[in-house]
Amino acid sequence: MLTFVTQRLLQSVAVLFAVSIAVFLAVYAVGNPVDLLISPEATQAERAEMIARLGLDRPVWAQYLTFLGNALQGDLGTSFVHGQPALSLILSRIPATFELVVSALLLASIIGIPIGLWVGLNDGSLGARAVMTGSILGYSIPSFWKGMVLILVCAVWLNWLPASGRGDTVTVLGVPFSFLTVDGLRHMAMPVINLAIPNIALMIRLTAAGASESARMDYVKFARAKGVRDTRIVRRHILRNILIPIVTVLGVEFGSLIAFSTITETVFAWPGMGKLLITSIYQLDRPVVVAYVMLVTFIFVTVNLLVDFAYAALDPRVKLSERMS
Amino acid sequence: MKRLHLMAGTALVASLSAGVATAESLTIGLASEPTAVDPHYHDVAPNNALTRHIFSALGALDANQNVVPALAKSWTNEDDKTWVFNLRDDVTFSDGSKFDADDVIFTFCRQVNNESAVGATGKEVANMAAVEAVDPYTLKITTKEVEPLLPELLAQIMVLSEGITEHGDISFDLENQCGVTGAWPSVEDFNNGSAAIGTGPFVLKDFTKGSKISLARNENYFGTKPEWDEVTFVPVPSAGPRLAGLLSGDYDMIENPAARDIVQIEKNDGLEYTSASSNRVIFLQMDVGRDETPFVETEDGSNPLQDVRVRKAISMAIDRQAIVDRIMDGFAEPAYQFIPDGMFGAIENPAELEYNPEKAKELLAEAGYPDGFKLTFHATNDRYINDSQVAQAIAQFLTRVGIQTDLDAMTRSIFFSRRSGREFSFSMGGWGSSEGGAASFLRQYVTTGNPDLGIGGSNYGGWSDPAFDKVIIEAIQTIDEAKRTELLQQAEQMAVDEMGFIPIHFESSIWAFRKGLNYEGRKDQYTLADEITSDAAN
Repeated sequence: MLTFVTQRLLQSVAVLFAVSIAVFLAVYAVGNPVDLLISPEATQAERAEMIARLGLDRPVWAQYLTFLGNALQGDLGTSFVHGQPALSLILSRIPATFELVVSALLLASIIGIPIGLWVGLNDGSLGARAVMTGSILGYSIPSFWKGMVLILVCAVWLNWLPASGRGDTVTVLGVPFSFLTVDGLRHMAMPVINLAIPNIALMIRLTAAGASESARMDYVKFARAKGVRDTRIVRRHILRNILIPIVTVLGVEFGSLIAFSTITETVFAWPGMGKLLITSIYQLDRPVVVAYVMLVTFIFVTVNLLVDFAYAALDPRVKLSERMS
Repeated sequence: MKRLHLMAGTALVASLSAGVATAESLTIGLASEPTAVDPHYHDVAPNNALTRHIFSALGALDANQNVVPALAKSWTNEDDKTWVFNLRDDVTFSDGSKFDADDVIFTFCRQVNNESAVGATGKEVANMAAVEAVDPYTLKITTKEVEPLLPELLAQIMVLSEGITEHGDISFDLENQCGVTGAWPSVEDFNNGSAAIGTGPFVLKDFTKGSKISLARNENYFGTKPEWDEVTFVPVPSAGPRLAGLLSGDYDMIENPAARDIVQIEKNDGLEYTSASSNRVIFLQMDVGRDETPFVETEDGSNPLQDVRVRKAISMAIDRQAIVDRIMDGFAEPAYQFIPDGMFGAIENPAELEYNPEKAKELLAEAGYPDGFKLTFHATNDRYINDSQVAQAIAQFLTRVGIQTDLDAMTRSIFFSRRSGREFSFSMGGWGSSEGGAASFLRQYVTTGNPDLGIGGSNYGGWSDPAFDKVIIEAIQTIDEAKRTELLQQAEQMAVDEMGFIPIHFESSIWAFRKGLNYEGRKDQYTLADEITSDAAN
């Protein structure tokens, strides 16, 4: 167990290191932020002063080494645009994204898994075929279009929900949350649905495929022959077996939604991390982009690690030591 | 100073007709988000527009960018380098403390002691030899170089309260921190509200990045109090969601709806819009400084852009009116000079730059390019309104007269750094003239680069016309307004005649809002809540 953890941690550090070089060089290649930041009316002397102050007059490797040195001490740089530490800027946006993603994935699991089970166990029935066809639609409609249609219908035509923004928040332990106020929930509804729809479809398809496959397995037939009740068969024998791919996918989806729910956040003007990333890329706010990618890599590495542990908890056949080989 | 009295009179009339304040709130969808509440943090339009709500300066710029009195009642020149500003004695800050000359001196000192700012600040202060409070409400400023635009420049330095940090006696003594003993305030102190104490029409209630900015009316404001008890700004950078928010009633007003969506607003009985021509000119910049230029292909390897006939041919090949009508949906004005009519130093009723493709071909032949040449044209695709479509149209107009033009449109972050690296031969840019009217574009782009004088910084095409330089340099050092206007008009005309730069059009800004609101719009594209009125209150 300890060796496994150590080895995975070393791998993670190597990944973080490689990503830091790649992203630093990539961002460096895009362009010079000074041309966007500084007022075009500035004189050459002011420009030079600004470049020196941001450290942009130094060669790229020197800039990278400074960055690495600071990063090891937990300082990922200061935003050019906001004049605030990049990491705290990103972290201040995390709660907004987090509550959106957690709600969306909860919704996807609560709706998707039961429907998927039903479809899988009623394989071939008209209802099941209809759900499966519908899920293709849910999965393939682009997110920005769906968002715009949601806004058009729910906000503009019916006037039920606010079109964008985050609404009122309540601060709990210093972190602002929307889901604790009515206004906040109304603002959350559409972005959550927009993020949840493809995931509901994904859950349905994943669960249905797994359920219909394991329903035909010998152990299920045997249990049934033994006279085990249907609900127990589904809960104990089918669901437990198909949960592993579902948890894996949920883990991956969680990571990628946290990092890249950019489109939904942009359409609904939701002040999360994704929106910050897009704005920072447009403004060539290098420290924020680099810190963002580093943080996202860190989250992915952590989530994958946790998913590995979840396997072990769900499936007794998975031994941590085996996975080392 | 005649202009000044006239302006003061207009302000008085405006204040009488503005009506009584009612308990109202206003929510406005912004097209781009301010990055800070600190008025000296980053000189960009969204920040400047926000900080004008909370702070005020010695002067203010009206909707046409002319300077009018604000914290200073009036000003006079004792000589070319000495200015006396008479300050108002009835102003208090939002925390109740009195405003006087020390606050202004403190503000100047903070300009040069501003560690957290983006971009260098304090160039105006660097030009001050001495600043003296003759009495608490009289301020005497002596400049090192002659600076005719001092009132315009000072109208953009928002005045802070000296009470935001610890200090002894305040004096303009830069060596000794001007008497300040505490820490100079940082951008964070303003964003969290502790240093955001001003004399503007509103006070800051909350600034949450990415979400919203809440303001409340400043009951101590010395000018006409705004109608609105509370104003909320919500940043919604994408045009679609911003319009949806207006249609669904989330916002009372939005900035810059897409021109193609105006039809939707016209069809809606509950909505109105207003458009105002802005000070932003879209223009073509050419590499004339180099004998060989990277993105032009001619048979003999020469650079045709160095020939005034070729530049005139390019201007004649472009149908400005068609671009305005078809691509900008009418929300622009053809440009025949570099600043719009009505701004300081603009040519009155400039001659139209004609569209004449036949004559353009003749000029090309005359210049020795009867079969035209090949050109790669660089432009942005996410900076100006419809920029990539405008650039496509220009490329087609040029191809029609024989200049085979390929368009390479790119995102602004790449465009601006390549342009300042002088990589382009022919590119499309935009410029919003701020203080000083005509001088703004001319001194920055058209003047031969001169780091010592701080001019010509954006002259990426290497344009150089000594006769022009002489006129513009004299203009920017002339205090007398009539004389300066004349010189600027002369310089503007020279720039248009030589076609070192080709003006295309002036963008218009659009504001859409629910019926019952009124907003005139501003040339600087700012959305100022205190200038928004409602029918109900009148």
